[in-house]
Amino acid sequence: MIEVKNVDKSFGDVHVLRNANVCFEKGKVNFIIGRSGSGKSVLTKCIVGLVEVNKGSILFDGRDFTSMSNIERKEIRKEIGMLFQGGALFDSMTVEENVAFPLNMFSYATEKERKERVAFCLERVQLKGAEKRYPAEISGGMQKRVGIARAIAMNPRYLFCDEPNSGLDPQTAIVIDNLIREITYEYDTTTIVVSHDMNSVIEIGDNINFVNEGTIWWSGDKNEILRTNNKELNDFVYASDFMKIIRKNL
Amino acid sequence: MQLFNHIGRYFMLVRAAFRKPERWGLLFRLTVIEIDKIGVQSLGIVSLLSLFMGAVICIQTAAQIDSGWIPLYTIGFTVRQTMILEFAPTMIPVIMAGKVGSNISSEIGTMRISEQIDALDIMGVNSAGYLILPKIIAAVFIFPFLIVCGMFLGITSGALIGELGGVISFADYQTGIQYDFRPFQVAYALIKTLVFAFIIVTVSSYTGYYTRGGALEVGQASTQAVVYSIVLIMVSNLILTQLLLT
Repeated sequence: MIEVKNVDKSFGDVHVLRNANVCFEKGKVNFIIGRSGSGKSVLTKCIVGLVEVNKGSILFDGRDFTSMSNIERKEIRKEIGMLFQGGALFDSMTVEENVAFPLNMFSYATEKERKERVAFCLERVQLKGAEKRYPAEISGGMQKRVGIARAIAMNPRYLFCDEPNSGLDPQTAIVIDNLIREITYEYDTTTIVVSHDMNSVIEIGDNINFVNEGTIWWSGDKNEILRTNNKELNDFVYASDFMKIIRKNL
Repeated sequence: MQLFNHIGRYFMLVRAAFRKPERWGLLFRLTVIEIDKIGVQSLGIVSLLSLFMGAVICIQTAAQIDSGWIPLYTIGFTVRQTMILEFAPTMIPVIMAGKVGSNISSEIGTMRISEQIDALDIMGVNSAGYLILPKIIAAVFIFPFLIVCGMFLGITSGALIGELGGVISFADYQTGIQYDFRPFQVAYALIKTLVFAFIIVTVSSYTGYYTRGGALEVGQASTQAVVYSIVLIMVSNLILTQLLLT
């Protein structure tokens, strides 16, 4: 479980997060949704420690990340897996080397065990056979799956996914969504997905948190989000004609 | 104020790069790769430049000597002094700032904008140490070899062009390159080289590491890396010369 308590973050005079409070549950797919510029990316960066908070605390299963030294944070970081929007795969490494990277850096397993783990992770994301290919030689969907394989290589307790479906066709997006859900339930991870994609939210979201004006404006599950009377959230959720049709049929 | 901000961030980045590595074996492997990229792959351009510069200095010096009072061995002496004191230890690093510096900056800059550095940080990897330290070690290790190679080739090409072009006999040239030789001048050249190698790698890494934006900014960072490196090489060249040769 990850708890965000009274977090403030500003860049100069611009207040991006104001007293943000949210709890991301273990073994569930927790979504952060919101308009561009609402503060959801900054919130995620604060949680993973890429950006320091001005005020407040972030607790990883009760461990206060914000008050930790860099060395203490390192231990928590080893428990984090992250899937980036663009994949963030290392260009100079093959698919296999990308997945093996965290193991080579932090695991004291033997080479044979590491190879087995890499093979398992690649098989888990249905990428067996692509081991020797470079990121530039595979499709966007495959890159996302390699990103997931790398993220789960160290058996993370916390899985972060930043816009996992951006730039993907609807069918591939569903494959990625299902993978995220399966991994969350299978490994009992605390999963946080930052997304704009309402299809994903409805498909796999267990808990949904709507960020607006730098604060957690609304929280609920996927059934509640479709029936809420919250104006700002409705404007966001039912922005597309497709969602408006769904609303009529509810 | 902006300048102090850059200086502060630069030193913080360098300090982060020198933190204890996660895996010594990995650092060694990465350093060997960087030695190849920074040093071995630059050997061609360094050799070419040194060969031509040695030959040109020989011909130019000969063209200036039209008085019978100046001994011919001055040509060999001038080529040696130019190659050892200035061309090899200063001009080669300036050229390397263009070749290696822009490469380092664009490589790290691209990793920054494509979130690869964020990925390293989130995994708990010291990204500065992982990316920059092997390059620093590699450059500081391999630059002296390149510079000594440049000195040797420049002086040799001067001898060859002097003999083949009928400018100076090999015997006179040999007398010139041995005349008043002070070994400390080679040490001075190598000290300068080490400082310049450090400047090129750290400054280029700095501009790349703090790149924000997209492809345009990566290009700008790459240009900045070359310009800042050359300016710092020139300034430190003056300071080191003042400190070591006077």
